[in-house]
Amino acid sequence: MTKDSKLTIEDTQEIAKLARLQLSKEEEEKFTTQLNNILQYFEKLSELDTKNVEPRTHPNDIVNSFREDVVEESLDKEEALKNAPEKKDSYFKAPKIV
Amino acid sequence: MKSKVDSKFTPMIGLEIHCQLNTLKTKLFCSCNAQFRGEEPNTYTCPVCLGLPGSLPTVNENAIDCAIKLAHAFDSKINKRMYFFRKNYFYPDLPQNFQITQYNKAGGVAFADGGTISIKFDNKIKNIELDRFHLENDPGKLVHEGGDIESSNETLVDYNRSGIALIEIVTKPVIESPREARIFLKKLRSIISHCEIVDLTKDGAMRVDANISIKGHARAEVKNINSFKEVERALKWEIKRQINKLKKGQETEQETRNWNGKITTLLRSKESENEYRYFPEADLVPIEIKQDWIDDIKEKMPELPDERIARLQEEYGLKEYDATVITEDKEVADFYEECCKLNENYEAIKNWLMNDIMGILNEENLSISSTELKPKLVDEFISAIDSGKVTTKIAKKYISKIIKGIGIKKWMKKQGVKKITDKEKLNELADKIISDNPDVVEDLKKKPKTFQYFVGQMMKATRGQADIQLTRKILKEKLKKYMK
Repeated sequence: MTKDSKLTIEDTQEIAKLARLQLSKEEEEKFTTQLNNILQYFEKLSELDTKNVEPRTHPNDIVNSFREDVVEESLDKEEALKNAPEKKDSYFKAPKIV
Repeated sequence: MKSKVDSKFTPMIGLEIHCQLNTLKTKLFCSCNAQFRGEEPNTYTCPVCLGLPGSLPTVNENAIDCAIKLAHAFDSKINKRMYFFRKNYFYPDLPQNFQITQYNKAGGVAFADGGTISIKFDNKIKNIELDRFHLENDPGKLVHEGGDIESSNETLVDYNRSGIALIEIVTKPVIESPREARIFLKKLRSIISHCEIVDLTKDGAMRVDANISIKGHARAEVKNINSFKEVERALKWEIKRQINKLKKGQETEQETRNWNGKITTLLRSKESENEYRYFPEADLVPIEIKQDWIDDIKEKMPELPDERIARLQEEYGLKEYDATVITEDKEVADFYEECCKLNENYEAIKNWLMNDIMGILNEENLSISSTELKPKLVDEFISAIDSGKVTTKIAKKYISKIIKGIGIKKWMKKQGVKKITDKEKLNELADKIISDNPDVVEDLKKKPKTFQYFVGQMMKATRGQADIQLTRKILKEKLKKYMK
C-alpha cells in the first residue's frame, strides 16, 4: 500500500464480511477512519530504505524447533467443552453452516 | 473415451489429494494422540488443537520425515527453507479460524515442488505431473444433525481430528478422463501405502477433491467425494454438466460444488484466494532441511510399487498385469508374499486370492487385517486342493469361510464333506440318475450336450463332493451307447 492509497468503506465492508461481523453505517465510517489511521501510522516504516534487506518472517534466527512424536495426555472432555457456548452430548454445537 | 459429439470439449482434471499421516503417534502441532478413530468426541484435544488463546504449536519432527519420504517417492524437489502460513477462514471445523498450512505464494513455498507419478493404461505409459505437495493440519469433523450439509439445521463439531497431520498433494491439470483419474489414484494409493506413511485401511485416510474444467473455460472444484470409488462417477457427472452448459451457449463459472453421491450441487461461489488472507505463521519458526537429512531418509526408503511389480514378476512368475493388481494394495501384496513363503504354488495362491478372496473382501468392504484371514489358512487350503483332497466345487463352497479364520480341514470335518472317490458308490448313483430320467436319456441321442445334465445331477446329489473326473468317466461309460 502506498502513501496515497486509502482504505475505502467498501474495503471495510469486505473485511467485516470475512470476519462475519455486522456493522452499522456509523460503525463502517468510524472503522474506515480508524483503520486508515493505523495504516498511516505503519506507513512510517516505508521511510526506511530496505533495498538491501532480506524479507523475514520471524524476529530471530532460530530454525527447526521440533517436537518428538510422543503422546501426551489430552484434556478431559469436560474441560475441553467448558468454554463452549453450546454443546450437545460430547460435541461442540455450531449454528447451521453453508 | 471421448465420443464424437464431445470431441471439441476437452476435459482437464487436476486432483487435490489429502492424505492423513495416520501412522504418526501424535498430531502435527501438538502431542495429542493421533489414533482418534472410534473414540468419544472431543476426548483427544488440548489447548493447541482447540485453538485456545495463548497456546503454541510445535512441529512433529516425524511428519517432516514422512514428507521427505514422499518427495523421494515422487522425485519432487524439496524446498530447503520454508515456513508455515495461516490460511484464514471462518468455519467451525477449525476453532482457530485459520488452518496452519504451507503456501507457494507471497514469499512462501510448498514442502516440495514437481515430481511425477507414472501410470500405465491401454498399453501406454503416462507421467502425471505433480504441481507440489505441502503439510497442513486436518480440520475437525462436522456432524450435520438431521440431514446432510445442505439440509441440516445444526452442526456438531468433534475436534479429535483437528490437528492431525495431512499432506496435500496437488497435480497439474493434466488428467484427461475420469478413468485416467481412477488409475492415477490407484497408483498414488499404492505409493503412499508402500511409503508406510498412511494407513489406508482407516476411513477417510485419503480424500480427494477435484478441479474440473473444459479446456478454455472456468473450472469448478468438486468437494466431498467421500469414497475413492466415487471419484470416477463424480467426475463423469461434472464433465457432463459443464459440457451441457457450454452446448447451450452458456459459460461455466468458477465455483465450489458438492458431490452428494448422485450429482454435484453448488456449494458456494469460489472464494477468491486473497479472501484467505494468507500470512506467515509467526508462532512457528522456519524449517531448514539440510541435504544430509534428505540423504538419510533416502537410504531408508522402502521398496516402491514399480520395483515391487518387477520383483513379483521375477520371483513368482506373475504376469505384469497380476503383479500390478496385487501391488495396488500394499496389504494384499504383503499377504500374497507371506502365503508364497509357505506354499510354492504361486499361481494358485494368486488366483484364489485375487479372484475369490479379494472379491469377498471387496463386497463386504473389508481389509485383510480386519478379518481372521491368515497365510497359513491359505497354505492349508491350496495344499488340500493340490493333494486332491478337495474338489474345486468344494473349494468354492468353502472359500468365504477362510476370512473367518476357519481352516479347510476343520470346515470339511464339521460339514461332513469329503471328496467321494468311491467308484462303487458313484456307479450306483449314476445308475439311479439315469433310470430316473429316461426322457433326458432320450434327448441325449439328439443333443450330446445334454450329458452335462447328468454330471450336474451327480454333483447335486453328492452336494458337490463327487470327484468330478471320476464322475465324468463313469457317466461316459454308461451313456456312450446313446451318444453318437
